Amino acid sequence: MPETVLQVSHLNAFYGQFQALFDVSLSVEAGEVLAIIGANGAGKSTLLKSIAGLMQVPARSVLFRGRPVGGLPANEVVKRGITLVPEGRRLFPSLSVEENLLIGGQLKRPGRWTLDEIYKLFPVLRDRRRVPATSLSGGQQQMCAIGRALMSNPEFIMFDEISLGLAPVIIKDIYAALPSVIAGGAGAIIVEQDITRALEVATRVICLQEGRISLEGRPRELDRATISAAYFGT
Amino acid sequence: MEWVNAVVQGILVGGLYALFAAGLSLIFGVMRLVNIAHGDLIVLSAYIALLTMQATGLDLMTNLIIVVPLMAVLGYALQRGLLNFTLGRDILPPLLVTFGLSIIIQNGLLSYFTADSRRLRSGALEVSSFPIGGGIDIGVLPLITFCIAVGVIALLQFVFYATPVGRAFRATSDDPEVARIMGIDNRHIFGLAMALSLAVVAIAGVFLGARTIFDPASGPARLLFGFEAVIIGGLGNLWGTLAGGIILGVAQAIGAQIHPGWQLLAGHIVFLIVLAVRPRGLFPRVEG
Repeated sequence: MPETVLQVSHLNAFYGQFQALFDVSLSVEAGEVLAIIGANGAGKSTLLKSIAGLMQVPARSVLFRGRPVGGLPANEVVKRGITLVPEGRRLFPSLSVEENLLIGGQLKRPGRWTLDEIYKLFPVLRDRRRVPATSLSGGQQQMCAIGRALMSNPEFIMFDEISLGLAPVIIKDIYAALPSVIAGGAGAIIVEQDITRALEVATRVICLQEGRISLEGRPRELDRATISAAYFGT
Repeated sequence: MEWVNAVVQGILVGGLYALFAAGLSLIFGVMRLVNIAHGDLIVLSAYIALLTMQATGLDLMTNLIIVVPLMAVLGYALQRGLLNFTLGRDILPPLLVTFGLSIIIQNGLLSYFTADSRRLRSGALEVSSFPIGGGIDIGVLPLITFCIAVGVIALLQFVFYATPVGRAFRATSDDPEVARIMGIDNRHIFGLAMALSLAVVAIAGVFLGARTIFDPASGPARLLFGFEAVIIGGLGNLWGTLAGGIILGVAQAIGAQIHPGWQLLAGHIVFLIVLAVRPRGLFPRVEG
């Protein structure tokens, strides 16, 4: 039986009075890529933020390798090997491309990812390493954001809306790089609006609807009609 | 020649104003905190220097070795123990808390040191000067103050743009949430920023005390000069802050030359003109 890397159990998350997640439970086994799909406002980003340490949640609602990490500050969560590529890239605008990558690597967790390895994966970043991160194109920014996250040598990596706002040809490049990005780690979660893409890379899919899990399964077990029903709640 | 002299003296005092401003600008830049107690912390440093100089017998410059680390440690403790809890989406709590801190420091100093004016003795430095021709004399102490101000600004610039901690400062300033995802402990980074700010405050306080008399109520005026220098120079630009300090110093010196009562007024007027014509300052930080 494969090891459970990440376990989320009975997770409720709130923004003030507003409840964004209701009793969400899921697990990711070693080597799995879990895709989370769902409409806007379904709670996908909140789920990732809860795991990454950006939401106040009970300690035992998120277990990483059996240890509670729920409610730890984000800077502690990343030390344990969980990292997030945030929605909209969110590179540091006053830092150069290389400085953005170095910020990701400043924890000095040991592993295969170094500045050189990132530049091998995304050669365009090496050419543009001295320019401010904001002067990159959207696709290059996404590469930089992925590189920045990898620099912490995560065991578990989460991508929030990886293809949002990018040209299809760029999305293709990014997804082409994903297997080698994920292969080094113990597991990954991808939040994606492009369902076709999500189903291609994922080993398992979860659909969120209004803060609750409305569907869970393996990509080839799910047909379009089932997904669409879970997605829109029809 | 009197006018040239006024400008020269104004430039030199501008260095001191830049020291007032640098720490203020640094804190605002990193954590969007407007430290109303900044001026009072400068005066507090001057009093601490007064005590430590009396206790150790060290001269003004050597005494910096004691006051600077002391204020830096105080800054870190102040940030971790108090100010971090005021930071959030709302900018009002840090304003109110540092305003309260300002009142506490002023009254604390008043009850311990009384309202008497004090001065830091700097021995021979106080009176030494040398002529640079044309009947203009430059005081050694003002010149040292100016050179140290330039040195401090250069050092801060180096820390900000060429060291890992500076990179963390800028990243946290850009996006505190993502900075945390990258493993940066905001509370610690803010503590370091306040430590650095109060180290500069310590230098400012010592040279303020050596240059003029001070009393427990001297702080708010220094805060105002600091603010004006920051705004004139442009937020987030350290060399701009130095230029802002110099412009303020020169404006005050020229004002005083016209009429002694116009010294402060001239500084405020130049500040208002810059604010009206270039609200982002003369040398705003270049964005993206």
